[in-house]
Amino acid sequence: MLTISVNGKEIKFDGDPNTPLLWFVRDELGLTGTKYGCGVGLCGACTVHLDGTAVRGCQTAVSEAAGKKVTTIEGLSADGNHPVQQAWRDLNVPQCGFCQAGQMMQAASLLAKNRAPTDAEIVDEMTGNICRCGCYERIHAAVRAAAGGV
Amino acid sequence: MLHYFEKQSGPAGNPPVRAILENVSRRSFIGGVLKTSGVALALQIVPGAANAYEAYPTGAAGMPHGVVSDPHVFVAIDKDGQVTIVAHRSEMGTGARTSLPMVVADEMEADWQRVRVIQAPGDEPRYGNQDTDGSRSVRHFIQPMRECGAAMRFMLEAAAAVHWGVDRSLCKASNHEVIQLSKGPDGKLIETDKKIGYGALATIAMAMAVPRPDQITFKDPSQFRYMGKGKTQIVDLHDITVGKAIYGADVHLPGMKYAVIARPPVVGGKVKKFDATETKKVPGVEAVHEMAGWAAPAKFAPLGGVAVIANSTYAALQGREKLAIEWEDGPNAVYNSPAYRDAMIAAAAKPGKVIRSQGDADAAFANAAEVFAADYTQQHVAQASMEPPVALARIVDGKIEVWAPVQSPYGTREDIAKTMGVPIENVTVHVTLLGGGFGRKSKCDFAIEAVQLSKTLGGKPVRVQWTREDDLQHAFYHTTSAERIEVALDKAGKVTGWRHRTVAPSILSTFAEDSGYQFKIEYGMGFVDMPFDIPNIRCENGQAFAHTRIGWFRSVSNIPRAFAVQSFVAELAHKLGRDPKDMLLEMIGPDRVIDIKTAGMPEDFWNYGEPYPEFPIDTARLKNVVNVAADKAGWGKKLPDRQGLGIAVHRSFVTYVASVVHVAIDDDGTIRVPEVTTAIDCGFYINPERIRSQVEGAAVMGMSTAMYSGITFKDGRAEQSNFGDFSVARMGNFPQKVNVHIIEPTSPTHHATGVGEPGVPPFAPALCNAIFAATGKRLRSLPTGEKLEA
Repeated sequence: MLTISVNGKEIKFDGDPNTPLLWFVRDELGLTGTKYGCGVGLCGACTVHLDGTAVRGCQTAVSEAAGKKVTTIEGLSADGNHPVQQAWRDLNVPQCGFCQAGQMMQAASLLAKNRAPTDAEIVDEMTGNICRCGCYERIHAAVRAAAGGV
Repeated sequence: MLHYFEKQSGPAGNPPVRAILENVSRRSFIGGVLKTSGVALALQIVPGAANAYEAYPTGAAGMPHGVVSDPHVFVAIDKDGQVTIVAHRSEMGTGARTSLPMVVADEMEADWQRVRVIQAPGDEPRYGNQDTDGSRSVRHFIQPMRECGAAMRFMLEAAAAVHWGVDRSLCKASNHEVIQLSKGPDGKLIETDKKIGYGALATIAMAMAVPRPDQITFKDPSQFRYMGKGKTQIVDLHDITVGKAIYGADVHLPGMKYAVIARPPVVGGKVKKFDATETKKVPGVEAVHEMAGWAAPAKFAPLGGVAVIANSTYAALQGREKLAIEWEDGPNAVYNSPAYRDAMIAAAAKPGKVIRSQGDADAAFANAAEVFAADYTQQHVAQASMEPPVALARIVDGKIEVWAPVQSPYGTREDIAKTMGVPIENVTVHVTLLGGGFGRKSKCDFAIEAVQLSKTLGGKPVRVQWTREDDLQHAFYHTTSAERIEVALDKAGKVTGWRHRTVAPSILSTFAEDSGYQFKIEYGMGFVDMPFDIPNIRCENGQAFAHTRIGWFRSVSNIPRAFAVQSFVAELAHKLGRDPKDMLLEMIGPDRVIDIKTAGMPEDFWNYGEPYPEFPIDTARLKNVVNVAADKAGWGKKLPDRQGLGIAVHRSFVTYVASVVHVAIDDDGTIRVPEVTTAIDCGFYINPERIRSQVEGAAVMGMSTAMYSGITFKDGRAEQSNFGDFSVARMGNFPQKVNVHIIEPTSPTHHATGVGEPGVPPFAPALCNAIFAATGKRLRSLPTGEKLEA
């Protein structure tokens, strides 16, 4: 039996400890904001926070999260107004929107550690997150805009 | 609809409102709409004439189930004033789910803050065509949605007239309420203090019959609140940012099962035998089922294979890994991309089936002082939407219900009904948001799989999840192609003849027995509609038989055609010592509307389904976008070493787009794009903010397709499996700044045209032309790779 904190709630799990966080939060907890995009850590759609740092939900086993704090997009902020979420709305970033939870979780993780990232630091942090609609210019601008508000 | 109104309401003029209320049931009205829904009832505002409109025909009339504009179908008003508008087109990132309801809201004078948008299930007889592809949503539904909103406004005003007992002419709808007017001393109408909100009028208004088209007026553009402003955010924006937006895999039903399928690695292959012993040992795996195989032409039928059904996605995935399957590959195992490419190039070197013939190309080439030629090729591409295909299905009391991210919900319903042998009334298809579509989700094989598995499980709800590997290895691929262009030059270097040969496996092969030839839709995409002013033109098609499933990918055959034609113009300019932009303008020639007959174009020329007289090839508009893009990009400016500008123009989806790509080559050869400048002429437009986002995205997808993305086959198997070997543009290298210039329509005949796709085709040739300008290196095969070879 594992105990994991997800968005501030203690969750007990007695299933396969190798279950990736991605499927745990989606199938077990119904937190569907975290998306499956590739399953091998190459697209970033499943990005969640483990103790505040962005990790790939598809590459992180539930056992690795035991005793730690998992945050998904649903728990990024109590009111949905994290500076990253606000910036995403202000700049009309999303097109289809599917990858954006992962993008925002990645950006929030960056800004939690680095309040004034350079353009190159933003690129380094975000290049693991694919957006097939091609919203990169706005994503980059939104991270920069959010940096002021974090 | 006209016929119905003539019968019901008699001669023109205000309808006898009370009589209509008494005599015309909503049901009979809808019946009238259904009867004539194939007729595009089309209206257009004539600037400066607020009280008149003029219909123009569109290709919507030729689409299954045409258009519907009935407010009773698309609009509901609650007593508290909440307005609900139905979005009947699928949302895959283009903004259609916002833009079309926004048009209705604007015309009906609804306050967008009090509008809720709901998604229609697949029901074309009720809503009109729902097949969300071909960049058609706004092009085909701008008029019906304006008509719908204008009719609703009329009904609200008529309801207020009934309520107050005054003439309708004294009732004016404005921002979610109707204001009573009175005649001032000078006869002018002035607003009084009397107002009534839409909520209070809802019951009477919604019971009204719909006015005749000649009774309604469109708003003058000066009165638009939302249209053309670009201030309206997409309706799902907040939900997306908080993780609450619902995509295909986000619908959950009690007792739901999770399935993944091992499909034959070669199209047309079958399961010879399989052993699921190890699979069944995986905790959570509940069942393993063999699924029927595939025989061409199979349209959108599933590929078959072996399905693993479990109590979680993870268990199903693990179970699939442990399957031991022996496949029988079938005839498509011969498919090897390098050899196939060679064969396509060889076919393009020989005469093919003549599709367009203007003048005497043979004589032009026989008499040429010189012949100049080049071959261009492209690999297959997978659409690779971030959300792979996924669908949920259940069957209760013989009624099939599906939730899926599909571009064509009614087509999905039809295919399910046919496959399962049930009447279409017994099939419901709910449309979730699509996590990207790009043509892949026009094909409903994944939804059929879910229904088949649900049936196997006695109707239990089952979600079929495609993995990324499934998506890349079992796509309906963008075709691979060879395009050869030759020109005949006279002694003065003037182009006297043009010969273009296209060789590519056709989309048609999924629908009918493969003849090896393409068909009119593919011919219409930048091949026979080549707009240059050359006296002798020949377009030929050489055979290429499909060995995999060929499908639509955002802008389809326009990608290889624009790549070939627009690269070739720059190559010719270089050969002749000309500026590429000047050469391009000169080849397009004088301002004119191209005449299909004198141009020797096919009689069945496919103009994106649009009536040619309304949406002709207008070279003035083509040249205008070239000039605007070039001017805004500073064409001709001096750039540092290993930097360059390239230009390309292409008309597709009846929209004109020119792009100037600025390339900078790194010391290690990495191709970078600091800036793209695009001019788009899509006629009358309603959501410039989403047009910009589509063009920005098209540049990124254009760069992916030009530099990164290719699918190749070995022994019939796709060689790429995930984003490691099928690359797409990432933030590490993408077009850094995309400047979008939307051309203002200058004539009422500049109707709304497509936006979702036409930004893509000019990118690859503009990029390769810029690389040539920067380095003198000419790239003729896509994808080029990220780095220039030394």
